[in-house]
Amino acid sequence: MDRRTLLAGLTVAPFAAMAYAWEARGGRREVPPPSPEREAFRARYFPNVVLTTHLGEKVRFYDDLIKGKIVTINFMFTACPKVCPRITTNLVKVQKLLGHRVGRDIFMYSITLDPEHDTPAVLKEFAKMHHVSPGWLFLTGKPEDIEVLRRKLGFTYADPRLDKDKERHIGNVRYGNEPLLWWAACPGLAHAEWIAESISWVDWPKNRPTGR
Amino acid sequence: MYHNVLGKRVSRARFKEIITAMRNRQELIAAQLSRRDLIKMGLLTSAGYLIPKRGLSARWESPIPDDQPASPPTTPFVEQLPIMPVKQSVASLSPAPTVCPNTAINPATGFPFEGRTRCHQAFTQFPPQVLYQVVQQPGQVTMSPQLPTQTIWGFDGIAPGPTYHQTYGQPILVRNVNNLPLNNGGFGINSVTTHLHNNHTPSESDGFPCDFFAERQYYDQHYPGVLAGFASDHPPHGDINESLSTLWYHDHRVDFTSQNIYKGLAGFFLLFNQFDTGDETTGFHLPSGEFDIPMLFADKVFDPTSGLLFFDTFNLDGILGDKFLVNGKIQPFLHVHPRRYRFRWLDSGPSRFYQIFLTDLNNLSAHNAFWQIANDGNLLPTPVQVKSVRIGVAERVDVIIDFRPFAGKTIYLENRLEQEDGRGPTDNILRAGHGNLLLKIIVDLPTVADNSVDPATRPQFYSLPSATPTPRVTRRFDFDNSNGGWTINDQFMDCNAPRFTVQQNTVEHWILINSSGDWQHPIHIHFEEFQILSINGHPPAASPLVQTGRKDVVRLEFDTTIELFFRFRDFLGRYPMHCHNTVHEDHAMMLRWDIAPVGDTNRNP
Repeated sequence: MDRRTLLAGLTVAPFAAMAYAWEARGGRREVPPPSPEREAFRARYFPNVVLTTHLGEKVRFYDDLIKGKIVTINFMFTACPKVCPRITTNLVKVQKLLGHRVGRDIFMYSITLDPEHDTPAVLKEFAKMHHVSPGWLFLTGKPEDIEVLRRKLGFTYADPRLDKDKERHIGNVRYGNEPLLWWAACPGLAHAEWIAESISWVDWPKNRPTGR
Repeated sequence: MYHNVLGKRVSRARFKEIITAMRNRQELIAAQLSRRDLIKMGLLTSAGYLIPKRGLSARWESPIPDDQPASPPTTPFVEQLPIMPVKQSVASLSPAPTVCPNTAINPATGFPFEGRTRCHQAFTQFPPQVLYQVVQQPGQVTMSPQLPTQTIWGFDGIAPGPTYHQTYGQPILVRNVNNLPLNNGGFGINSVTTHLHNNHTPSESDGFPCDFFAERQYYDQHYPGVLAGFASDHPPHGDINESLSTLWYHDHRVDFTSQNIYKGLAGFFLLFNQFDTGDETTGFHLPSGEFDIPMLFADKVFDPTSGLLFFDTFNLDGILGDKFLVNGKIQPFLHVHPRRYRFRWLDSGPSRFYQIFLTDLNNLSAHNAFWQIANDGNLLPTPVQVKSVRIGVAERVDVIIDFRPFAGKTIYLENRLEQEDGRGPTDNILRAGHGNLLLKIIVDLPTVADNSVDPATRPQFYSLPSATPTPRVTRRFDFDNSNGGWTINDQFMDCNAPRFTVQQNTVEHWILINSSGDWQHPIHIHFEEFQILSINGHPPAASPLVQTGRKDVVRLEFDTTIELFFRFRDFLGRYPMHCHNTVHEDHAMMLRWDIAPVGDTNRNP
């Protein structure tokens, strides 16, 4: 991803885009406006900490990455011996399945649990090694900010011993539609097709969630 | 605006939460010091002692220890126990129900009118005689006079939803209409699928987790009202010993079930027949009418600032509430006559286990016995006298309580099972009066006729179907956790991938294993009732907790291996097995299995 694509992704106004798309398909309803619930959700779960992308850009977590978007969020670290590479490989498949939507109205984020080692340069190399395409950002930041994010976003174990064991870190992929407050999660090692399909069900208004 | 709490900056809302939590803790300490007086004065202010110690989860940033969201205080026992209305049928539906889905495009939405994708497999054989239409829609309710009006999502806009009554032999069709809004108010999703737990339902009407339908669509569910075995070993009417009675219906939308049920999408569904008649002067003479009361237990949390229902969307372990609701009200009261009542108890979750005792706060050492007559809605062969019952999420227990010995007194339904987080109970039983008081029962109504059977006479209900036939296959399922995902045999939920296929009209044994000492799982298998063959190698106990009888949820407790007996009959298609801690369920502890004319023998699917 080059700087231009990144900025395009960050400056697009998905809110307006979504409303437009829905109207274009004959729907009458509008995207819910900013609401007290949405504000409460932001305040509780999405600290607006400054992170750095694998491309070296400074971004604010809520304002630049989450607000108004459909996103996936997972945690990883590049030195992770077992589970992270498998999850990243799996998510590359998910990214391919979602195709051109990624980076336009679906955004993927992987946050490092090892910010001291995982500098933007290290993350960039990791992304390159895994053939990650644009629209998927690897993020690092101050260790204390990462820890706040991890806790707020629920990537923790209730058992403190387990919670300290980085190699057993929570490997879930949280997916959600921020304006609609639709949030759920899939394990990062679930079938890639299943993860992509689950994400498609919060991909409103492009897709309307119906079963099969 | 920020406040400084022990050197940390927190927002005004957060500060208020912390103060509320502290105030509740102080309330608790005060209550502990002078509990006897408070009891006498009727000023017991909290549901129990567990609550302020543990709110929702252990992960919040902690300026002070135990800093978790705590609900605002509420005064218990000031509102009457609501009784849900009985669902009324309609003369006709427009458009008329069809065997195959109504795929005509609704011009208002651009999508098919009906969300169903498969044809009814038993519609022609059991044409519906009674029709219902139920609408999933928002509703305004109060759960306590001290909390603001809440917007819930309910069947017909009420929570719990209306209670269905069906009689065996009378097929029905329920049209679910989705009128839920895009705006969820904080949690929940407006695509839904309704599971009737645990009816003998054809797959396409079962409420499979991926058979969800969108707002402004409908979905017709056909409930044939037939007994298991009608098409195989007990033609043509099925096996009377497979009769069901206390069922419940609830949303089952994959990945969002915990949110949607918590938001209110659940209700009771009662089945009657020539024995369990709904009339205590006939059949088994079970207490009926106003003396037959379904009670849906739920624990919830309310935002300390707004007082609105709060759901911790990003929790993975399981969610505990600090307010205890019965039929939609926080700690209600109920006036009763001094006679026998049938209570139908249901743990609607999301994650809590209960062990329910009858507590007389003026005589805490008394063991107040009552009668358990059913397990998961299945009448036991004969009533069993108990001092308590334990239920995990989705389990039901029907009991008969004789209030004559309590005439003039007040007693409480009390949960004395200690549970500190969503992973499961500690298995510690708290002292009487130190648990969570759920319902205040005042035995002050006049003496009335009682035509119901005295359980002490040991009436005989149904016999247990034989569990001795040799299984075609014995399958093993390990319930565990892998990097935060809840697993069955190291795999995760995928609606598209059946993990094994059961051969129709065969017997199977399933072995469920929990090798962890850290969590418990209430495991539910759709479609057929099972019998427990063994728990850790021993036959299931008949007391003090009743583990015998037919069931559809089994509590997979710490370090436990349970073997189950199944017969699979009558219908074909897909069904799930899952943990009914709905937070575990939503985080992948579920699998799809199918029934087909030809099955596999995969022992570790």
